This record gives sequence, structure tokens and C-alpha cells, in this order.
Amino acid sequence: MGNKMTGRPAVAIAAAGPPHHPPQVPQHRQRKPQPTSWFGRTWQGSGPGYMFLLPWFIGFFGLTLGPAIVSFYLSFTDFDLLRSPNWVGMANYVRIATSDPKFAASMGVTLFFVLFSVPLKLAFALGVAVVLNRGIRGLPVYRAVFYLPSLLGTSVAIAVLWRQLFASDGLVNSILAEFGIQGPSWISHPSYSIWTLIILSIWQFGSPMIIFLAGLRQIPTDMYEAASLDGASKLRQFIKITLPLLTPVIFFNAVVQTIDAFKAFTPAFIISGGTGGPINSTLFYTLYLYQEAFGFFRMGYASALAWVLVVIIALFTAFSFLTARFWVHYDD
Amino acid sequence: MTTSVVLEKVEKRYGVFDVIHGIDLQIDPGEFAVFVGPSGCGKSTLLRMIAGLEEISGGALMMDGERMNEVVSSERGIAMVFQSYALYPHMSVYKNLAFGLETAGYKKADIEPRVQQAARVLQIEPLLQRKPKALSGGQRQRVAIGRAIVREPKLFLFDEPLSNLDAELRVQMRVEIARLHRQLGNTMIYVTHDQVEAMTMADKIVVLNAGRIEQVGRPLDLYNHPVNRFVAGFIGSPKMNFLEGMVEATNGETTTIRVCGASVTLPRGLRHVETDMPVTLGIRPEHLDREESSGIKLADLQIDLVENLGDETLLYARSPDGQPINMSLAGQQVIFNGSTIPAHFDVAHCHVFGPDGKAL
Repeated sequence: MGNKMTGRPAVAIAAAGPPHHPPQVPQHRQRKPQPTSWFGRTWQGSGPGYMFLLPWFIGFFGLTLGPAIVSFYLSFTDFDLLRSPNWVGMANYVRIATSDPKFAASMGVTLFFVLFSVPLKLAFALGVAVVLNRGIRGLPVYRAVFYLPSLLGTSVAIAVLWRQLFASDGLVNSILAEFGIQGPSWISHPSYSIWTLIILSIWQFGSPMIIFLAGLRQIPTDMYEAASLDGASKLRQFIKITLPLLTPVIFFNAVVQTIDAFKAFTPAFIISGGTGGPINSTLFYTLYLYQEAFGFFRMGYASALAWVLVVIIALFTAFSFLTARFWVHYDD
Repeated sequence: MTTSVVLEKVEKRYGVFDVIHGIDLQIDPGEFAVFVGPSGCGKSTLLRMIAGLEEISGGALMMDGERMNEVVSSERGIAMVFQSYALYPHMSVYKNLAFGLETAGYKKADIEPRVQQAARVLQIEPLLQRKPKALSGGQRQRVAIGRAIVREPKLFLFDEPLSNLDAELRVQMRVEIARLHRQLGNTMIYVTHDQVEAMTMADKIVVLNAGRIEQVGRPLDLYNHPVNRFVAGFIGSPKMNFLEGMVEATNGETTTIRVCGASVTLPRGLRHVETDMPVTLGIRPEHLDREESSGIKLADLQIDLVENLGDETLLYARSPDGQPINMSLAGQQVIFNGSTIPAHFDVAHCHVFGPDGKAL
């Protein structure tokens, strides 16, 4: 290749210069020769980092992404755990959309649960966070106590306890009886059973409460002071300052809690004994999916149900993000 | 609409800690009073007590002769501009300005002209539809002041409003606030730790230190006649030189002080002074000169550092007995680091402080 500046060959210029003697470097300080292959270079640069990430990679590919891809494939088959899966095309999805009354029933129950449990839980969590934000003594203790149900809430033990509390002769009805009220059979009555699950969900308000509390702490005090100098009542301050400034946190909590509510399973499984009864009143979508997969071994169909749920959750989340620009206020 | 503010033995306690120790102060209607002092002296606390944002632990706050201790802040007829501006980030500038009036129940038709008027005064009309995040620091400060103006308060309170601005903008806003005071004529109380702001803006400066008033007066009174060493050191830039000395001789007419390794005779008698009493001689850097005609000689100074600022030359020097002395000479001087120059001072502009720091 010639030299563009002079038109002379580059080799000739190099040869014309003074002889170049590289400084002698001690043997032990000489750098290792650079690997020539792409893998070798990458490994030398980032290899140790990837080694540390290896457990996560194994978990992600082996337990999350791998099964997800397999389930997507199975959703187009008639796999039943015993025989090899046969390709059935869109048949599973067509059945979900056209001739599965239980799909509609379970989706209805789940939407009802999401619609009531998420706003009520968020409202309750925000209310408690506002009270705790008043600088009361022993705040860390209250915070821990209120957070505890969130840790225990989805466990089997708590669902069993809930079942006992709301049984016909449970604690709730005993308390109501003290006031002369004949409580219904909460769990075995189709009109009330879903509400026991909604109340259980609200009781697990700890996680959004902690996030609300952190959000409330971020609102500068002098904004409230400025508002109080303007004569704004506490309620007006809450509506005009706290709520708008908290909208990013409300949005985050709403999205996370909605996804969680769509995926709710354990309480419904324990309280209904895995049936989703009475009269499908607690047949959550995930419970129906479980029945199809592990009750009737229709793995292919259950996989299709799972992917429909993924799409529904994705649509809800996308819708939330689309509406966010109209009501979520970001400072920067 | 102006108001008088009187503090009578006002105290503030947090538990067992006293932070404001019985302050007496009168601010006349239409006056621009500046609370100045170092960080932690209680100036902001005192302002917040006047605003009603802090409870008054003892004493009385009177406004136009009425006791205000128990009156809620929104009914004291005050408006406050915060250091952080405290603008509502989710509201437009217009909404920020209108918030107080909306809260007070004004009709939309009444709010609009008042907001427009305030925006006109502060030249922020083109910004009314913007959110605070789209404004510069100076513009945010104007909006914060505008929010105070629209309420047409009797008393304006400013809590270090310029400390978040850069030096150039601070000077600009300082002028604008002073202009605003002349235009509106309201009583204003302004808190700052910057004595230059205090000197340039105030009708009355209140120098605070450790929860007590050190001195109250007009800016030049404080500059010319500080009652103690704290005020003398706090007011004036560059800071006053304090030179430790000893009274050699005194009578009713003259006082001779041994200072900087020499004897300096002041042509005035000092009260409560006796021979061998340790005193501090206070001379401002701008009152020292190298010309013999400018006063009596203090000492020959060893120059450590010369700063040429164009309009003045600052000298950081050392006296023969090792005491640091700063000099401020007018104009551009040719003086070299390490050189020695004589320092003279006008006795009319020197101060003497006793061992307790009080002016003699």
C-alpha cells in the first residue's frame, strides 16, 4: 500500500528512518502474547466475569428461557407427559378462543380479582405508608411488622390459616357473632369466596407500602410548607402535591401488583382445595392451567394457556405504559 | 400594604436545647431587614418562627400590634420564598403562581390578572406554560418570587433565596429583589449568610450569632461602628484584620498600644482601659495604605502573596511579630511577593476591642 502523502511506498519510508531498537524488557515483565482468536481475546478480557455469572446463566437458560421455549413449542402439540408430542398447529389456541367455557370462567375470576385486589391493596398500602411517614416513634418496628405478611402471605401455611379464619366456625364469624351477626360461610359460598382471597391479597400490602414510604420520603418538606403557607389543608396537600408527585411510584406498584395478581395461585389452590370451587368462584386462571397440566396431563393445552396469560399480561403492561404519559409526573 | 414585626423575648427550644435565646427586635413597616450570620446561628429558624413553620417556645411575635404566636401560617398575611424554590414540579409556572389563590378560593377570572401582573413584574410571561424542570435556576427563582407576589402579602420572607445561583445570577437577582422592594414597598425579611447581600440590600441588618442578636443597625453603622469583634469580623469584605496588642499607656486624651512590635498612639482615650491590658486592634484591609500621608505607621509588612484584581490589589502579608495582615490597595500596584512595604492607617478608622471582644 502506498503512502498517500508522498506517493512513495510506505516500506521505503520505514526503511529510510533511523534503525529502531525496542528497549529491553526483563523476561518476567514481558507481556504475554495476545491471543489471536476472537474467543481467546474475549476470554482473556471478560472470562473471569463470565465465570462469576455462570450460576445465573445456568439458572436463566436451564430454568427460565429453556423451559419457556419448550413450552412455546409444546403449546402447538398434544403433549400429555406419557407420549411424544404431536404437532397440532393452532388447535390449542383455537380451542381456547372458541370452545373452552372454563377459560372464560377462569379469566373472569382472575380479572375480577385483579380489578379489586390491586386498587384496594395499593390504597391500603398508601394509607399505611402515609401514617408511618409522619415520623412516629418505633417506625422500623412498625415497618417490619407490616411487611411481615408480604413475606408470609403467599405461603401455604398462611393460606391454610386464612381458610381456618374464614371457615363457617372460624374466628371471623365468631367475632361477628359477638355483635349478633350471623356470618356466612365465607369459603363455601360462591359470592363470598373470592372476597376472602381479595382480603388475603390486601393483607399482603407490605411490599408496595415500603415502596410508597420510600416515595413519600423523596417529596421535599418545603413543598408542604409552601402549600401550608398558601393555606392548603392536609387533604388538599395530599391530593394536589403528594399524589401527583407519587405517581411514578404508584405506576410502578400498580404494574408489579397487577402482574402478581394475574399470577396468583397458592391461596386459591389451598382455600378451594385445588378445585377452584365453589362453582368455579375461585378458579383463578393459574389454577385452571394447573388443573389442565397436572390434573388431566394436557401439557400442550396448558402450555397454550400459559402463553395466552403471558400475552394478556404483556397487553395490560403495555396499556399501562401507554397511559402513563397522561398521568405519571416525572420530575426530570 | 405593609406591616410591622416585633419580636419580644422570642425563644426556641428543641427539647433541652435552646437555639434562640430571647430575641428582641423591631422591624418597621416597609423596611427591608436582613438576618445575617454564620451557619447554625439560628437565622433561618427565626424566620421560620415568624412564618409559623416553627412553633415559638417562648416570648411573643407581634405583627401590627397583634400577637401571632397562635395564628396559623396561612393567616399571618405572609409569603415566603424558599432556598430550594419549592416549586411544584408537576404544575406549569402558571399553576404554580395560581396555586395559592386557588386554595384561597379565588375565581378563575380574578386569578388570571393577578398571575399575569406578577409575571409581568418578574418578566416571566413567556414561561407561564412551562414546567419548572424546563427553567433555569434564575427563572425558577423568579417564579418562586412570583408565587409570593400574587398573594399580595403584608410581609415577604426570603430564606437564602440566592444561594443556589451562580455568582453572576446572584448579583442580578440581588438587584431585582431590591428593585422589587422599592416597587412594592412591602416589609421584607431576608435571611442570608452572605454579608455582601446583607450590606447591599438591607435597610436594617440583624447580625445573629449562636441564637443571639449581636447587633442591629443600618449597613454602614455596622461597618463603621461594630459593637464587638464578631460583628467587625463578619461585616466587610475582605475581613477586618485583628492584631493582638497590649495597652502601654492611657490617659483621657491618648492611648498607646504595643502592637506588631511597635508602639502606636491613638489620639483618643478609651473607656475601661488600663495599662498592660491585652487588647485587639481592628483595622480593615481597605484602611491600610503604604503611603505615609494616609495616617500613622503600623509596621513594615512582609508580603506573602499579591492578588491583582484589576480595580484593587489584595496583599496577604505578615507583621514583624508574625501576625497575618491583609491589605487592600486601590488600583493596580506593582508589588512583588516576598518584598517588604510599610503599612499606615488612619486612626479614625481603627477599632479597639477588649479581652471580652467588646468594642472599647
